[in-house]
Amino acid sequence: MLSRTANHLYWLARYIERAENMARILEVTANMAMVPNAAVSEAALWQPALEISGNADAYKTHFHEFKASSVIFFLALDEKNPSSIYSALFSARENARAVRVAMTSETWENINTLWLEFQQFQGKNLAEEGLRELCDWVKARSHLFRGVSAGTMLRDDAFEFLRLGTFIERADNTARLLDVKYHLLLPQEEEVGGGVDYYEWSAVLRSVSAFQAYQKLFNDTILPWRVAELLVLRRDMPRSLHACFAEIVSILENLTNGHHKECKRIAGEINASLLFGRIDHIFQNGLHEFLTDFIERNHQLGLEIQNSFLNIHAA
Amino acid sequence: MEHASKTFFDEMHLSPSTVRDLYAKYSQWLGNVSGSKLESRRQEAELLFRRVGITFNVYGEQAETERLIPFDVIPRILAASEWKVLSSGVIQRVKALNMFLHDIYHQREIIKAGIISDSILRHAQYRPEMINVDVPNGIYAHIAGVDIVRTAENQFYVLEDNLRTPSGVSYMLENRKMMMRLFPELFRQYSIAPVEHYPQMLKNNLRAVAQSGVKDPTIVLLTPGAYNSAYFEHAFLAQQMGVELVEGQDLFVRNNAVYMRTTEGPKRVDVIYRRMDDEYIDPLAFRPDSMLGVPGLLSVYRNGGVTLANAVGTGVADDKATYIRVPEMIKFYLGETPILSNVPTFELSKADDYAYVMEHLSELVVKEVQGSGGYGMLVGPTASKKEIADFRLIIKANPANYIAQPTLALSTCPTMVGQGVAPRHVDLRPFVLSGKTTTLVPGGLSRVAMREGSLVVNSSQGGGTKDTWVLQEMETQALSELQVQPEASDTEKVALC
Repeated sequence: MLSRTANHLYWLARYIERAENMARILEVTANMAMVPNAAVSEAALWQPALEISGNADAYKTHFHEFKASSVIFFLALDEKNPSSIYSALFSARENARAVRVAMTSETWENINTLWLEFQQFQGKNLAEEGLRELCDWVKARSHLFRGVSAGTMLRDDAFEFLRLGTFIERADNTARLLDVKYHLLLPQEEEVGGGVDYYEWSAVLRSVSAFQAYQKLFNDTILPWRVAELLVLRRDMPRSLHACFAEIVSILENLTNGHHKECKRIAGEINASLLFGRIDHIFQNGLHEFLTDFIERNHQLGLEIQNSFLNIHAA
Repeated sequence: MEHASKTFFDEMHLSPSTVRDLYAKYSQWLGNVSGSKLESRRQEAELLFRRVGITFNVYGEQAETERLIPFDVIPRILAASEWKVLSSGVIQRVKALNMFLHDIYHQREIIKAGIISDSILRHAQYRPEMINVDVPNGIYAHIAGVDIVRTAENQFYVLEDNLRTPSGVSYMLENRKMMMRLFPELFRQYSIAPVEHYPQMLKNNLRAVAQSGVKDPTIVLLTPGAYNSAYFEHAFLAQQMGVELVEGQDLFVRNNAVYMRTTEGPKRVDVIYRRMDDEYIDPLAFRPDSMLGVPGLLSVYRNGGVTLANAVGTGVADDKATYIRVPEMIKFYLGETPILSNVPTFELSKADDYAYVMEHLSELVVKEVQGSGGYGMLVGPTASKKEIADFRLIIKANPANYIAQPTLALSTCPTMVGQGVAPRHVDLRPFVLSGKTTTLVPGGLSRVAMREGSLVVNSSQGGGTKDTWVLQEMETQALSELQVQPEASDTEKVALC
């Protein structure tokens, strides 16, 4: 297939996934804000949402304080923020438009409808009303996107590039979410199991739809290292780093073009560290260090995919 | 009211109380259907068009301002006998135009015969690069959109031959799909000739014009990109034909061949259905500032390394100066009498015509021979005395630069407007395909001027579209139409039959 087409499909999937993760972060943060806790200020609640997405600095250039209404606007609807849900969905649709031929009409219409429906949220003060609807809607649309593409598209390279984009983005997002939350919660680790921490950690789990899975697997109070184990090492947890990399490795096996050995090597190396890694070792060396390193290596893989498949120049 | 001063032929009504036989069943149906049902169908169509993204972009506006071309739910109906005349007329015309293009880039017999002046060789759209270049099957205009208007029951005129990158065929196809979805009951009552096989027919034609020796040609559709106003159509046709939709940046030239960049490495391209003008296809040959084209493309093309559809240099055959000569071309190249008439045209380079036009400026439309887009144009009936006086001076300075035509009484067709159904002016653009043979699907794009009294059907000026029904004489005709279009792999087998 055309490299440009592959590029658009890959980024289309990344942007949809990015929008979904942003919706998850917003939803969890809004839930936290409803827990009665006088000690936690509005700023302390909403700043992490900006840090997970790496947006805190950009935010500060536009706004003076971490108010719920401005953070929500900035992350959900702000056209000027390249990481907002608005920007992610806009870019997803622009990428889709450029290659509408490469996907089934149903997949294209799903993305086009998504963009048209999104207009209803424009101009709303979501902090007052509509944030939950937006988050639910984005998540449902993202599920629908994967469902429609899986249910209608030929299993060819186009489909694989869509999936590749989904999992690279998801791995990045899960790692960031865990890193920021862990970082913030760590000073209070001795009190885990107490009221607020319980909500915090269950919120982390819920943000990646892992709360029920945690209960099922561990049948225990929520412990930080178990949360980390679930989101890093468990292959059967669909948003975990390991689950993402199991998919990425198998997608790269299917996408063979003779000169992407480096892609496969990097992906294989990361996958091995997740497959054979142990959570106590990771903690000994520091979870933050591990996640920072993971985010960097995942980024390297993204660049290598770009070089091997997507930006092919006249050889 | 609106037509008090002038009467127009109406496609449905002979008089306010008499319906043409052709429309009898439809008119009866329309009489029984409630206004609210029609309106809800219209809204449904709009919703669907928007969801599918059948929109056109307006340059300089934001991405959100994608517009729908108004779709009218009342069809325009043509009888089999009418279609027979129209289709043979446009085929004849396109055949002659292709022969003319070959001639003008080779022997120039038509100039030697004194039918066309050699000034055409200095025409802005004449491409000296094409002199003595042989294109497969001698086809230059692979896709032609011939604009036709009607003024009376049996009077059709060709307004324009579009031989560069005519657009609109996706609306012909989508309008039909929409009508079948909205009004299935009408399709049971009428036997309407299908048009759905157009993309397959186009693909077969493009395969037929690959360079000789290419067994299984790779066809691509070259688009200026997602921000082009006709992007939907480019994507639609590529998808329907199952070919790659490429941009200039996806192609490159090496060793006298064109390749596309794929995830598996370079892949050779044999036929390019290009939807951009000559000026943009190759920055080395034409506009150096074009970011859309492929450097070196023209040189590969001239050496026979790739086929372009349409060919380079067709613009010389679809402008007003050449248009005047098409009836003579038909006699010259085909030895036939033209089936369709041109709009009567006065050439101001001729003394008699000049005298007549200067006397009747207030009744005529005066156009620049090489002008386009309404600049340097006088519309007599709507112009002020001063405008006419001013234009008279401009003409006097260079009469040969102008032609004049009467304003035509374009036919009307009942159309849904704000509060009901009213007559609106229509034209018709059938799409003629040339490859192995010259052919077309039974139908075309009917454009309708949505504003009361307006004669301007262009979508950029608020024009809308209608589905165009060509009725079948007998059921057998439908079958033979379809059988003309074999699957690509069966081409050879069928040709033997």
